[in-house]
Amino acid sequence: MSGWDEIVAGMVKAVQLILAGDPTLIQIASLSIAVSGTATLLGALIGIPAGAIISLKEFRGKSLVVQVVNTLTGLPPVVVGLILYLFLSSSGPLGFLRLLYTPQAMMLAQLLMIVPITASITISSVSSVDPDVREAAASLGATPLSEGLIVLNEARLGLLTSVVVGFGSAISEVGAIMMVGGNLLGYTRALTTAIVLLTNQGEFAEAIALGIVLLFLAFLVNTLLTLLRNRFAGASPYAASILTGTSAPRDP
Amino acid sequence: MPLLEMINLSKTYGAETVVKHIDLRLDRGKILALMGPNGSGKTTLLRLAALLTNPTEGKIIFDGTDTECSEDKRRALRRRMSVVFQEPALFNMSVEDNISVGLSVRGVNERGIRARVSEVLTQMELVDLRRRRARTLSGGEAQRVSVARALATKPELLLLDEPTASSDPRNASIIERVVTESNADTGMTVLIATHNPHQARRLASETAFLFEGEIVETGSTSKLLESPEDGRTAAYVSGKMA
Repeated sequence: MSGWDEIVAGMVKAVQLILAGDPTLIQIASLSIAVSGTATLLGALIGIPAGAIISLKEFRGKSLVVQVVNTLTGLPPVVVGLILYLFLSSSGPLGFLRLLYTPQAMMLAQLLMIVPITASITISSVSSVDPDVREAAASLGATPLSEGLIVLNEARLGLLTSVVVGFGSAISEVGAIMMVGGNLLGYTRALTTAIVLLTNQGEFAEAIALGIVLLFLAFLVNTLLTLLRNRFAGASPYAASILTGTSAPRDP
Repeated sequence: MPLLEMINLSKTYGAETVVKHIDLRLDRGKILALMGPNGSGKTTLLRLAALLTNPTEGKIIFDGTDTECSEDKRRALRRRMSVVFQEPALFNMSVEDNISVGLSVRGVNERGIRARVSEVLTQMELVDLRRRRARTLSGGEAQRVSVARALATKPELLLLDEPTASSDPRNASIIERVVTESNADTGMTVLIATHNPHQARRLASETAFLFEGEIVETGSTSKLLESPEDGRTAAYVSGKMA
């Protein structure tokens, strides 16, 4: 078959698998979403506050820290996978956790890759907030925490972008999760690692089918996050109360 | 005892001293205009008064308290004043949320916030704009919101930096009316930076003329505008200085 035939066959196969509700496909796709979703969530919980603190605080060596974070966004997945493998292997410092070849190890690998990305975009977004806005918050008597939350609220589109980019990076990652997950069918096989395996076996149509499913899932999640981002682009009537922990004024 | 006192105040940025040995006293309940051309140091002096920056030299005393103190104490002092910047610097939220921020950070309860926001919206003729996103307002409307946000906390000292520079006559007149009323009704002390002698005359009982970082002349606004003692003040007031 030519390349085009493989692609067309892959598309047909993808539709068939989806329509048939293929249990293996569902299991693989579910694992991908669960691992990448958890890694994205944890990545946001760590990366956004870390990026915000780096951006808002003045400290010695700040530009070096920013440079390091930005450099880490380009971490090669196989390097992350290798280091994590060495840490999690039975003779490694974290071997006692027995996480190697588990979905948790895959999540950890993705987390290590997402945190710098989320932090870097957060640093950039927070830094681009108008300094006058921050000064206005200070002039209103805001505590450093409220001031930070007001600035984060101003940078909210950038923060949501960091989550979208983080998820995109996680769901499409293959090298690291292959190394620490092991690609075990029914346990640690994700969409990307399955595609690699099928390609190696010459099962191009199935590989393309999974690729299309992967793209579809990424599109779906990104659409949801983009809708959320657009929703946040508008002013929330409760924005001030969310920021400051009190209730917002409503119509008398 | 004055509400605000600046003693031998100087501020240097790099090699440039933008505020030089200022001595200024603002009594409670007064409106004082800081008048001067662009670049004369008005904004820096207001930022110093607002405790948003530290002087390079000299002291600021607010209501008898030396403001060179811990950040917590400075914040407590800052909560007794409000600033309106030349650019409105509104938050990306609705008009009423913007106005409520100062109250929220002070821990005012929902009922209190609602009541005060409603009062200020009415005072500033902003009721129809309450739900609008602040960033969609015109320059003049945004500045009215900025004034409303500053007044919501009932400050003892209101610091205004060219508050009507981007406003049309209607918006400017609302801002001036509310500032005058608030001063008359509540005894709120006001320090306003303006390049406009007419605005100084309309609002302030006293005016200080600032030129190249120094206070050249201080006195009652009418005297300073009608019979200035310093040649530079005279040149500025008569429109012969840029």
